[in-house]
Amino acid sequence: MKKSFIVLIFILFLITIMTGCGEEKAQLYVYNWGDYIDEDVLDEFEEEYNVEVVYETYPTNEEMYVKINQGGTKYDVAIPSDYMIEKMIKEDLLHKIDMNNIENYDNVADRFKNLDFDPDNEYSVPYMWGTVGILYNEKMVDEEVNSWNILWDEEYDDEILMLDSQRDSFAIALKKLGYSINTNNEEELEEAKDELIKQKDLVLAYVGDEGKDMMVREEAALSVAWSGDATYLMEENENLNYVIPKKGSNLWYDNMVIPKTSENKELAEKFIDFMTRPDIALKNTEYIGYSTPNKKAMEELDEELRNNSVAYPSEEEVINSEVFLDPGEFLKVYDRLWTEVKAHQ
Amino acid sequence: MKKFTSYPYIIWSVIFIIFPLLLVLLYGITIPSKTSFFGFKLSIENFQRFCEPIYLRVLWKSVWLAILSTLICLIIGYPFSMILAKSSLKRRNKFVLLIVIPMWMNFLLRTYSWMTILGKNGIINNFLRIIGLPALDLLYNDGAVILGMVYNFLPFMILPIYTVLTKMNRNILEVAEDLGANRFVIFSKIVFPLSLPGVISGITMVFMPAVSTFVISKLLGGGQYWLIGNLVEEQFLRINDWHFGSAIALILMIVILFAMAIMNKYEDKEDRGVGLW
Repeated sequence: MKKSFIVLIFILFLITIMTGCGEEKAQLYVYNWGDYIDEDVLDEFEEEYNVEVVYETYPTNEEMYVKINQGGTKYDVAIPSDYMIEKMIKEDLLHKIDMNNIENYDNVADRFKNLDFDPDNEYSVPYMWGTVGILYNEKMVDEEVNSWNILWDEEYDDEILMLDSQRDSFAIALKKLGYSINTNNEEELEEAKDELIKQKDLVLAYVGDEGKDMMVREEAALSVAWSGDATYLMEENENLNYVIPKKGSNLWYDNMVIPKTSENKELAEKFIDFMTRPDIALKNTEYIGYSTPNKKAMEELDEELRNNSVAYPSEEEVINSEVFLDPGEFLKVYDRLWTEVKAHQ
Repeated sequence: MKKFTSYPYIIWSVIFIIFPLLLVLLYGITIPSKTSFFGFKLSIENFQRFCEPIYLRVLWKSVWLAILSTLICLIIGYPFSMILAKSSLKRRNKFVLLIVIPMWMNFLLRTYSWMTILGKNGIINNFLRIIGLPALDLLYNDGAVILGMVYNFLPFMILPIYTVLTKMNRNILEVAEDLGANRFVIFSKIVFPLSLPGVISGITMVFMPAVSTFVISKLLGGGQYWLIGNLVEEQFLRINDWHFGSAIALILMIVILFAMAIMNKYEDKEDRGVGLW
């Protein structure tokens, strides 16, 4: 009787200790694009630092921006693209990162540092980079694909997938017309809008991540895709191929940032440092198929992937491509015209 | 005593219903302005913008599709409720369970599964190919969206009609039979008029979610297919123009209020509240 009583007390004691542990664990809120991390890496981080990672995803930069800007969230780390980082810096939504805490920052290749959107590299640490291009199914498309015009070809009626993202869609129409993807000219943008409306009848669907599955299942012949997804999808279905149109496209950089919503900047910096560690960056890159800016990880990368021109295009291939800039006040025109494109029946 | 118990409800509705509605109204009738102290100023610009044909067409299409799917729900749901009401208690409970069980599953999941059924290489088209028929374009059109609405909202039509029908006094029907009325007359003169409250709740409960849906049109309509719900969603989640979004939401509310006012006119005043609510 006495013995069992002691055991009982002991068990209760253990439970108290254990629940106590649970409550003390710090939480790190990570806000990332969908399908854009090897979730094992998050588990490793949790174990190594004895914290809990709360992981959420978004489908476009715009959605991420609205959620952080409207408040009510406490994201510690987000991974926006170039132009969005520029905008967030301008609007004072980001913390400066103390690079002394990012010991692995040296592993990032120099050409990804101090880019125009974050000139002194105070606010962001490179995560992945890539291009936008056309992913097509060789079985369904006989001709050579090298121009955006093919996305307007009536032969592929209801075989075309576009991205459900305003900047990317306008960039394609602008490049097709031979304009800069960073145009501040309302007439050029109106022209691009007319192109997109003209194209609408031919488009099967405007998609996010669900489009990848559709290309693998051969539900569509052509799709606008990001290079990293293309690398991954080409492994899944060998009929798929990816090109960057000759007239140029969008060259993008996704960097890790610490939004002002963060309540635990120190831990956020630890996470960014962790993600930049060569072994972790390597693991992550191999899993998601995107292109790493981490030179150490690059050295370790599987040779086939390292020499893959989809993931790591030559300078020549991207010579006409541009990086997005924040349109500033002109964004309102984008917003209005995109609403008109989407509302058009 | 009555006053006491109603306080929590009053507080609840002020915080979660009235206050948010006022916010939507405030956003709807203002536009951002840098010069003003509050950061916005009174304006009817949002409503003027909505009057452009491009948006009116979206509104019209949403209303039209909602009406169509409500009608289809009624045509399928009414006979089904009658069969249900007439069957034995044991079978009836089984049937009701069968209608309700799918609703336990997540609404998104059920809509996603239609994508794999209707897709170009989906179940239906694969079957057609096996038996040597040409594949059909089933996904990303009006038909797919209406199917999605009917599939998801049909229980809301069946349940209120079924409730009314089971509560109906059988003696009235027997009297009518004794007096020589045939089945058609019984239905049109007695059963249907008496079930009207259920029909009306059914119609409102299907029409309201159908006219404001954005998930069904997004998944089964393919993103190039916009209903008014998508217009609101886009303004809030991606474009960050809460003012225009709120104005559209207000217009949508007016449409629904208008539809309910029409419905109320037909509702039998004495039997009010026989439906689900």
